[in-house]
Amino acid sequence: MTTMSKSISVPLAAPRRKGVSISQREARWGWIFLSPWILGILAFTAIPMLASLILSLTNYNPIHPEEIRFIGLSNFVRFFSDANMFQAAGVTLRFVLISLPLSLVIPLSLAVLVNANHLLGKNVFRTLFYMPIMIPVVVGVMVWGGILNSDTGWLNRFLALFGITGPAWFQDENWVVPAIVIMGFWGVGNAMLIFLAGLQNVPTELYEAAKVDGAGPVYTFFNITVPMISPVIFYNLTLALIGSFQVFTPGYIVGNGRGDPNGATMFYNIYLYKEAFNFQEMGYGTTLAWAMFVIVLILTVILFRTQKRWVYYAGGEE
Amino acid sequence: MATVARSRPSPTSLSTFQRRELIRYLSVTLVGLIAVIVFLMPLGYMSLTAFKTQQQIQDPHSVLLPSSPVTYNYQGQDYPLYKVPTAQGVKELALVEKYRDESNFVDPAQPGAGLINWKGAWRTLEPVYRTNPTTENFPLAWNQVNLGLLFRNSFIIAFTGMIGTLLSSILVAYAFARFRFRGRDTLFMVLMATIILPTQITLIPRYIFFRAIGWGGTWWPLIIPHFFANAYNVFLLRQYFRGIPRELDEAATIDGASPFRVLTDVIIPQSTSAITAVGLFHFFWSWNDFFEPLVFLQGQPHLYTIPIGLTEFNNIFNIQPGLAMSAAMMAMALPVVVFFLAQRVFMQGIVITGVEK
Repeated sequence: MTTMSKSISVPLAAPRRKGVSISQREARWGWIFLSPWILGILAFTAIPMLASLILSLTNYNPIHPEEIRFIGLSNFVRFFSDANMFQAAGVTLRFVLISLPLSLVIPLSLAVLVNANHLLGKNVFRTLFYMPIMIPVVVGVMVWGGILNSDTGWLNRFLALFGITGPAWFQDENWVVPAIVIMGFWGVGNAMLIFLAGLQNVPTELYEAAKVDGAGPVYTFFNITVPMISPVIFYNLTLALIGSFQVFTPGYIVGNGRGDPNGATMFYNIYLYKEAFNFQEMGYGTTLAWAMFVIVLILTVILFRTQKRWVYYAGGEE
Repeated sequence: MATVARSRPSPTSLSTFQRRELIRYLSVTLVGLIAVIVFLMPLGYMSLTAFKTQQQIQDPHSVLLPSSPVTYNYQGQDYPLYKVPTAQGVKELALVEKYRDESNFVDPAQPGAGLINWKGAWRTLEPVYRTNPTTENFPLAWNQVNLGLLFRNSFIIAFTGMIGTLLSSILVAYAFARFRFRGRDTLFMVLMATIILPTQITLIPRYIFFRAIGWGGTWWPLIIPHFFANAYNVFLLRQYFRGIPRELDEAATIDGASPFRVLTDVIIPQSTSAITAVGLFHFFWSWNDFFEPLVFLQGQPHLYTIPIGLTEFNNIFNIQPGLAMSAAMMAMALPVVVFFLAQRVFMQGIVITGVEK
């Protein structure tokens, strides 16, 4: 929206000052715009990570900060002999094993449903399946708590119609983790939309060719759809793997932060939180954080290694 | 739809193909309806329970709709109505005198007719219920939880954080999208890696640091870090900025615009939908976040956000579901309403990050 005269005068004025080349100027502007992130990653990620690693070698406790000293690998020795830690890791692992397959199957099924040619009002369905992700987890737990209530909840009343006595869900050591997995279904919206975009990117010629060859819908799904959307399966699987190990909020609220009933909701991250912030064992807390990080990192690397075997990139490897 | 229109052999009757298509549409949509009903069932439970009194919640006759037994005032006293089978069909009569094998009723339609004797055990009769929702839970919950304060706190934290993340993420995304400099691609990899970095790994040192500079028990730890860009937002904006034709920047540069002017006059006006998406994502992420406020606001009830404030009342809520559900409804109202108004923006934002790598 500049005037003609301006646009003519500029090329004369703009070229290099003090021998600074265009690419150098470009780089300088790049760094200027990048600077907030550089400061942020140093202050809130890189330095804290390093500090956390150092703290894990100390007995730091903010109640007696003057008593801080290096204790070598004692925290790690304690880690491997901490029965409560193993119990908490077991709870998290149980959650991961139940929720991981479901966190792929359910959003994929919903994506197939809302992508179906014969579904009327597709956009309404997409919106409604996505919507619960907007509901705060705390509210989700309160609302699901009503549905899963052992006497008055709708789920057990529904099961009773078939003569099944439903479990006490939140009060039952064996069923509280599955209950938390069920509540997690309200968070499948993102994965569903990403699957949906993947499904829409599959070239229709492939389906037409399969139809000509007389392939049925099930065969087409597993032999065309699944391989073609394997990059989004991989993407969602990676996010679900990392996310499910971090589970904290629903377990904290359902178990009142104490792991009720009987330690069944004492997830690893809740245990970490209690050690660090309730018992002020911050040195040991950082040890717990690093141990979890390393485990999830190893699993992620393994997952990336398997990529070559089952993920198909239509455009070739990047 | 197109397939239905394509083949129309006879105008009068539906062809086999058309009938089969119609059945397909109806059955797939039916499956979708069932799935959506099951999926959103808890919201139905919430909406119904929020309008029930504590008495109605415990009443086994009031499972679905909030309803109460109906009574009839006869000679200065209230008597419950029952569905009584009589010679003239089932009548709604008020039970005045109850005995084991016979009881005396009065017909509210003709109270002057006096007592009607009915042979049979009154306990086998079904009481009459009428739907009567109550709104008393809402003000009660609002005051008990101090929702006004929690709303204010959540809003201030979410809104200032949103401003911060927009200002910083736009600048950083612009740097990654438009400028070439050594190490840029490595830095971009670092940025992406921070998406999968668990917050726990940096949490304790950040906590110690914020306390050391006097920010313990304040909102600053929940706001200030967002002024230093967030990987997810930068990624989303960078993807979007890269889609804007470079010719537009170049034209502005030739006109003498500085890189900053190019950003404010070319890039930002072209990216309002992506910027709105990032703003909304941050606002509601912050609105719903539980972990960071739990860590940084511990023991400061006047600073609590909605999620933390609500959990303080878990014990009361467990006994009084009506209060719990009305509080839940009020707490989710803002995110859900805004989502329905701006759903397209939300849903497109997710797809940008997920597919276009």
